[in-house]
Amino acid sequence: MTNPIVADSAEASEAALSSVDLTSSGFDSTQARRQSLVILKRFMRHRAAMVSLAIFVLLFLIAFVGGALWKYSYTYEDTTGGGRYLPPSGQHPFGTDALAADNMAQVLRGTQFSLLIALVVAFLATTLGVVLGAIAGFYRGWVDSLVSRFTDLVLVIPPVVLAGVLSRNAIGGGGSNWYLIAIYLGITSWMSVCRVIRGMVLSLREKEFVEAARALGGSAPRLIFRHILPNTLDVIIVNATIAVSQAVLAEAALSFIGLGVHPPDTSLGLLIEKNQNEISLHPWLFWFPFVFIVLISLSVNFIGDGLRDAFDPRQKRVRA
Amino acid sequence: MFRYIVRRVLISIPVLVLASFLCFCLVTAMGDPLGEWKTTKPRTPDAVAAEEHVIGYDKPFFPRYGNWAVNFVEGNWNRDVTPGSDLAPVKKTLGSALWVTVKLVLIAELIAIIIGVIIGVIGAVRQYSVFDYSITGIAFTLFSMPLFCIAIMLKAGGIQFNNWLSSIGADRWITTAGPPPGGFSGGIGHLIFQYTGAYLLPVLCLLAIEFALYARFQRGSMLDVLNADYVRTAQAKGLSQARVTLRHAFRNALIPVVTVASLNVGALFSGAVITETVFDWQGMGVVIVKAVENVEPWMVLGWLMVTAVFIIVFNLIADIIYAFLDPRIRLD
Repeated sequence: MTNPIVADSAEASEAALSSVDLTSSGFDSTQARRQSLVILKRFMRHRAAMVSLAIFVLLFLIAFVGGALWKYSYTYEDTTGGGRYLPPSGQHPFGTDALAADNMAQVLRGTQFSLLIALVVAFLATTLGVVLGAIAGFYRGWVDSLVSRFTDLVLVIPPVVLAGVLSRNAIGGGGSNWYLIAIYLGITSWMSVCRVIRGMVLSLREKEFVEAARALGGSAPRLIFRHILPNTLDVIIVNATIAVSQAVLAEAALSFIGLGVHPPDTSLGLLIEKNQNEISLHPWLFWFPFVFIVLISLSVNFIGDGLRDAFDPRQKRVRA
Repeated sequence: MFRYIVRRVLISIPVLVLASFLCFCLVTAMGDPLGEWKTTKPRTPDAVAAEEHVIGYDKPFFPRYGNWAVNFVEGNWNRDVTPGSDLAPVKKTLGSALWVTVKLVLIAELIAIIIGVIIGVIGAVRQYSVFDYSITGIAFTLFSMPLFCIAIMLKAGGIQFNNWLSSIGADRWITTAGPPPGGFSGGIGHLIFQYTGAYLLPVLCLLAIEFALYARFQRGSMLDVLNADYVRTAQAKGLSQARVTLRHAFRNALIPVVTVASLNVGALFSGAVITETVFDWQGMGVVIVKAVENVEPWMVLGWLMVTAVFIIVFNLIADIIYAFLDPRIRLD
């Protein structure tokens, strides 16, 4: 892995970091070795993760800024009669569909919704999982039994089906329902985070520093949020990134079987569902949403991988 | 072991009861099952009341649940409720659908575990080799792809392959819609031809996702184990590398994979929903999608209960396998 390009970029990033340090707080040798900075440096040396981060940010900009600036609206249809199934061209970079609507406008709109839903789902699932897991692990006893049994209970229902059943009543209303889909997916995907955090909190609460904090009179919320949860931050962050990529796929699957986002809103899953039979005749209608969905999910997965390696480099080639 | 299994089965009964209540709440949240029927034509209050009585929706929430639960335990799983449609009985529909899905899912899952575990072990033993990099890359990409996209691409590929077969004068082999028709119309060769053609694409589709998952987990856990002290001890004792890898490391590295496999049964059913929708198999997936779309409370409930039993059974099997893999785990 001693590729000169990688080495260069790593040195460059280090130089950038240390220059920030120098300007912000003056030179301090302890400052330079702060844990978060070490992790950040490791992350920035992870080539795939950095490229993925750039792609993800770029996708975000393309979807939101590009979608707002693009000359066609996602609801635009060429009603003059022509313009159906145009292959990609300068006028329509992603071609047009059966209704002569601009495919790029739709893909950008779909990407916006997929990203929004994924972020909301990841936030909800992580928050729910961390809070429930921390409470269960910290209080133990009947609280723990209650939370754990409830987790087991939710786990016996396939998540996509659970979210689909929930979102059934959102469909009737029509109109904008993306946030409902996000909420439903969020409250059906917190279980694995909850289990992991519970396990970590169970062992952390017995550590000396927690005991010391308790002896000093720290309240339970203070112990949990100030002393215990910061020590699980690495797991939380990595799980949150995984949750984002899984949410993108789950939302797409839900929309694909017709229980997710509904017209007039659109999402990448819905676009692929709509165009699934066009793959041989009008391939651009299938491949553009597909590429966007895979790019989102792949880049987030790589970011998660890089974060995990940065937090816990035991298994990996990345060194601090 | 036997006592443990009996105890686990007994414990799972309250879990199932609670799950059924949770599912009942969910199903109620789906909305009024007669909603669409009411709006298609003006209905008299009498007709609505009569229909509500027929489907059991004239009772309030809790008696309705009690009624359903008692009937369910007695084996009367009710039927579709939307008036006018051909009212499918829940039990019979689910029975035939389950058989279709289980065959598909079990074949795919078994192959996925075997291939995934083998590839994961090789990837870990030959860490950072070309094989490791390419397999990790493929697994990562497959892992990030929506299942239905893989299904759609496989379907398109299958049709093209069929066209090519036709063009060289052979029979069309791949079936892209529905399971094999069954029956013994041709010889055994014809039967094999028919079954492989029908199963190939859906199995490949589920396989693509699942094998990537197992390969990733197996590689990770194998790496953990290979770096453990007792493996170094075994090597220091002078055992052959093959023996160390297979007897000492592999066995322990399987435990996390068993956990993933058992937790994955639910996801597998979700995956079957997609695969069956694309390839038009009349399995559990198609049943649940249709039932949710038409707001069929009893069908959805029955479906959720059958799946719940499946997931609980697989968790139990996983716990039994732990005990075989790791003698320190005592079940009794």
